[in-house]
Amino acid sequence: MSALAARRRTLPGFGLTMGLTLSWLSVIILIPLAGLFLRSLELSPEQFWNILSSRRTLNALRVSFGLAFAAACVNLVMGSIIVWALVRYRFPGRRLFDAIVDVPFALPTAVAGVALTALFAEKGWLGGPLAALGIKVAFTPVGIFVAMIFIGIPFVVRTVQPVLQDLDPEIEEAAGSLGASRWQTIIRVILPSLAPALLTGLALAFARAVGEYGSVIFIAGNLPNISEIAPLLIVIRLSEFRYADATAIAVVMLVVSFVIIFAVNRLQRWAQSRIPER
Amino acid sequence: MTIEVKNLVKKFGSFKALDGVDLKVDNGELLALLGPSGSGKTTLLRIIAGLDWPDAGDVSFNGEDALAQGARERHVGFVFQHYALFRHMTVFENVAFGLRVQPRAVRKDEATIRTRVKELLDLVQLDWLADRYPSQLSGGQRQRIALARALAIEPRILLLDEPFGALDAKVRKELRRWLRSLHHEINVTSIFVTHDQEEALEVANRVVVMDKGRIEQIGSPDDVYESPATAFVHGFIGESIELPIQVEGGVIRLGDRPLRLAADGLAPGASKLFVRRHDMLVGPPGSGAFEGAIRHVRNFGPVQRAEVALSGGETIEIDAPRDKELRAGDTIGLEPRRYRIFAGA
Amino acid sequence: MTMQIADSVSLPAPDAKARAHAAAARDSLRTEPKAVRITIIALAMTFLTVFVVLPLVVVFAQALSKGVIAYLTALAEPEALAAIRLTLLVAAISVGLNLVFGLVAAWAIAKFDFKGKTFLITLIDLPFSVSPVISGLVFVLLFGAQGYFGSWLREHDIQILFAVPGIALATTFVTFPFVARALIPLMQEQGTQEEEAAISLGASGLQTFFRVTLPNIKWGVLYGVLLCNARAMGEFGAVSVVSGHIRGETNTMPLLVEILYNEYQFVAAFAIASLLAMLALITLIAKTVLERHLNEGHEPRDH
Repeated sequence: MSALAARRRTLPGFGLTMGLTLSWLSVIILIPLAGLFLRSLELSPEQFWNILSSRRTLNALRVSFGLAFAAACVNLVMGSIIVWALVRYRFPGRRLFDAIVDVPFALPTAVAGVALTALFAEKGWLGGPLAALGIKVAFTPVGIFVAMIFIGIPFVVRTVQPVLQDLDPEIEEAAGSLGASRWQTIIRVILPSLAPALLTGLALAFARAVGEYGSVIFIAGNLPNISEIAPLLIVIRLSEFRYADATAIAVVMLVVSFVIIFAVNRLQRWAQSRIPER
Repeated sequence: MTIEVKNLVKKFGSFKALDGVDLKVDNGELLALLGPSGSGKTTLLRIIAGLDWPDAGDVSFNGEDALAQGARERHVGFVFQHYALFRHMTVFENVAFGLRVQPRAVRKDEATIRTRVKELLDLVQLDWLADRYPSQLSGGQRQRIALARALAIEPRILLLDEPFGALDAKVRKELRRWLRSLHHEINVTSIFVTHDQEEALEVANRVVVMDKGRIEQIGSPDDVYESPATAFVHGFIGESIELPIQVEGGVIRLGDRPLRLAADGLAPGASKLFVRRHDMLVGPPGSGAFEGAIRHVRNFGPVQRAEVALSGGETIEIDAPRDKELRAGDTIGLEPRRYRIFAGA
Repeated sequence: MTMQIADSVSLPAPDAKARAHAAAARDSLRTEPKAVRITIIALAMTFLTVFVVLPLVVVFAQALSKGVIAYLTALAEPEALAAIRLTLLVAAISVGLNLVFGLVAAWAIAKFDFKGKTFLITLIDLPFSVSPVISGLVFVLLFGAQGYFGSWLREHDIQILFAVPGIALATTFVTFPFVARALIPLMQEQGTQEEEAAISLGASGLQTFFRVTLPNIKWGVLYGVLLCNARAMGEFGAVSVVSGHIRGETNTMPLLVEILYNEYQFVAAFAIASLLAMLALITLIAKTVLERHLNEGHEPRDH
């Protein structure tokens, strides 16, 4: 009787809802992902290595990871500036710009892809003037970089914004009253408080850019070894029925994503442990 | 409805919220569960309501096993500490909820439900708020609506978790009196949880004092105040002076000083002596059981409170009538009018 | 102006000056010089305009570059209509599935305590961090000709890949977390007291859910559905891998944008793209409105 009673829960439906959750999660997410890893295990380490170390694969990974990191860094800096302007200053159009930050979240990637291409092509509104300066954006790695910046902006802004908003104004006043200059206050007091959020935003923007496909392929030019991103190479290998190659590249990218999620989770926990209880 | 709780144990991880609790509640009683936070009083209340489940032990209502029933079947009215009113429903619909969710076979018709809700709102004197939403009410009003909602299902037992905890002092006092008279009117077996001794002593017929998952004492408000059963109860209820003493060879010592107090029947060893502040009577030096020097005197409402350094090392605070002449620096004798000694350090 | 001077007459002049100075110093504790402020605002707005506003404007400009007639003709093409229909169908399927899943998962996760909760939430979040292409690839590996279930499916003549089921599956995978993630924090914040109150008043589990829980989370549900739908209709990478690009049959709107664009039918491509861009804009507006409702729900509760 007591043993049975101990397992009872006040609200009904735990067993049913948890069972459904786990089953549905398994069917849609876990089994398909496990299938990918199983497939990769069918490859011998040597095969796996040969695929990854081929020049085209290496270059594709380099383009994806390298440009994604560069774009995430730009987003970190520009995102911080945007957050600062949106949170700390009042100016006409502020709310509109605040809403606009989410456009890259909401705009389908294929639409973003064709739009950025049209904008930065040599005859485009921005591509024209840039071409006159000798800068070619569309159909070069710079184009990939631009697309990755586009899709990464909201990640930095939306992770840092709430933290800056919640930052207790008293800590700045305290720093000021202790004689710190404004610049010292920002560098020594505000920036460290934002650090976990900034790093999280950087990691999220990077993870998104690495895997990005739709907004990149139109503007990329897709020249093997130069402007070919890893997700595109997966698609190409699939269309050539070279499943092993596609799987191997996918596994590497997945593992990197999982490491990033893990790091972000740890970051969040660290950030939370630093918040004093109110 | 009588309630019987036997040997109840409840753990949250390694924390023992209830550690073998036995309790009998008589029909029509108004019982207070009193204790500091973490003493297990709310857990006990929630287990009786069926909102938590014990790891071991039994709960029965009128002799029948209550643990065999879920919260839904127990017909227990529960008033939550933060009221848990349904935000999206009007006051009227909140009170009507319990009637509307009854199985179709026993559900009353709309007219009956309306009449019943009106009656309940009259009972809690808030019929004029029927169309408001909970967010538009004051704390005291929410509290009374929560009570009306709990009463709507004609509960066999009424349980209230810190019913006045979230209210300001003035409203709290009014509601206390009101709750007592309401209980008198409806006469349902009721248990309420509180950490406020004044509240427990003023409202309840019987008080259960709890600490660390155990019941320290059960008794009438007078009992627990006048004859505390344990050191904890003495320290928790009323303002007490607590002195560490040694009982040795028929002598009581405070530090190295023998006290002029009888040690008859006391077990030797480290013990604690408790005296109410106002039970320490001030006399000339050399009189009484203790001697000490007054450090400060402050007026404190109807009494004056003096800080006294006892010879023997401890510093205590005593309350004396305002007309007694006390001055800082004076040496005085102190005689406890009443005191209790509990064995153990 | 004169009024102010008259008011401050009683103050000795040097004192007033010192006070004004002090007031400025106090302001400088929390803000920057005007020149810095203007530079930061200008930088932020320029960046957002170049990278976000202009791409959005370009879509509509391109779509209407040959006039409204050409635009409308492009949208009335049978191929376009088929893509719109398929997109709506796939979105309805995956939003429906994820709505039910989201409600069920949020109930289990937010209303009960159990070990491994954080891990479970991480698992639900997984699709957010998987490349869309990989999200499609996993289903090719399961159901493709060389896939684990490929031969079985062929024997039983069931078509998943290069057909609606495959597109719906990939879309469901990609949009999996949206509803659950909108609801879990909301329901956790709301706690279990209202549900406990309902149960102790005699309500059944379903009555409690529909009469107490659901009304409290309705804006959150809408919010999740809105975002889920936007992503479902706009998904490109995953769908591109599983669809097979069969014209008029397995082309969703984003896929049709790609095909038309690669065929240099720019007006038609941007016409479809403009519909998707409008969807994005409507989603953003609705999102802003919903966020306001959600914040209203945060009425101060006395603890």
